[in-house]
Amino acid sequence: MDALKTLWVYLSASPLLMLAGTLGAYVLASTVFLRLQNPPLLNPILVSVVLLVGLLRLTGTEFEAYFEGAQFIHFLLGPATVALAFPLYRQLYLLRRYWLGILGVIALGTCVGTLSAIGITYILSSSMELLLSVAPKSVTTPVAMGISEKIGGIPSLTGSAVVLTGIVGAAVGPSLFRWCRVTSPIAKGLAMGTTAHGIGTARLMEDDVQSGAFSGLAMAISAVLLAFLLPTVLAVLELT
Amino acid sequence: MRSPQSATSKADEVANTADDGYRFVRGLAALLAFQIAGELMTVVFDLPVPGPLLGMVFLFSGLVLYGRGRAVDPGGSVEFASLGLLKIFPLLFVPAGVGVMLHGALLAREWLVLIAVLVVSTLFSMAVTALVAERAFASTEDTGR
Repeated sequence: MDALKTLWVYLSASPLLMLAGTLGAYVLASTVFLRLQNPPLLNPILVSVVLLVGLLRLTGTEFEAYFEGAQFIHFLLGPATVALAFPLYRQLYLLRRYWLGILGVIALGTCVGTLSAIGITYILSSSMELLLSVAPKSVTTPVAMGISEKIGGIPSLTGSAVVLTGIVGAAVGPSLFRWCRVTSPIAKGLAMGTTAHGIGTARLMEDDVQSGAFSGLAMAISAVLLAFLLPTVLAVLELT
Repeated sequence: MRSPQSATSKADEVANTADDGYRFVRGLAALLAFQIAGELMTVVFDLPVPGPLLGMVFLFSGLVLYGRGRAVDPGGSVEFASLGLLKIFPLLFVPAGVGVMLHGALLAREWLVLIAVLVVSTLFSMAVTALVAERAFASTEDTGR
């Protein structure tokens, strides 16, 4: 028992254990997800996070100690965001053909998503931290966390809100499109990418590559739009 | 894919025969260089945009202006590293997601608000966007593509 304790103390002091734990949780979550034929609510990101938070609570590990190991994974979000230029470039011919309509719809969706989040939070809660943290919830995580940091939100809370938003959008989107009688692949893609970013894009790709491509396009453009617009809008509303 | 095929030069061939590990490292270095350029711009001009996003805009602009040939991405190593990174994109969100445990007190107070905001706002904006887009694109669309 003492030897085990010594081993634990040794391992928990190095980033190795938490790095391996993060990869392990993700592998486990992905395996379950694929085995059960992709049930939307068992999103691998959500399951990994639940597993890891449970594990950290159980072992009494602080987030800071966890992040010592996990930061190597987190760091890759930067270059991965730069890498989004390639899928976007692949949709260049679509962008050239429909650019004005596409931009208009994405701008509308980005505004509705952000303003409705700000409005509902403003009505239901008095926490300005919460409001600023959920405002950028509909764009891809690294961008949302960057915006959150800029406007005075809590980046890690924003990260969680973004992931949850993506899971909700991916789970309900296809049914919602059926109820609203939306059939155009462009419309589905733009709506999904604007509101549910990368997680929603991955969901659409399963059914239809064309709407998935539009979703990827919408996710990239709404991220750029929001990064420029939100700090300005908040300044106008005098919320920051 | 309709994008122009880049002419295969000798330099490209040499790069293409190099092993995947080398291509990945070279591509990752280029992505980091774009990220650094983005971070520098945000600091120097005090922009509200995160550096990596600006790096993405730079890379995208380069691709639009010069194609993916020799000028921007000789040998395709940047694309190779990009597609590799994007394959594990969901994994990269996990550490940020675990950060939720830092806000136990805030969440204990506000979890109902948070859930309500996320669900209502997401469904509302998705429905509005989809309906408007359906009107805008139902007629112009050519599904032949």
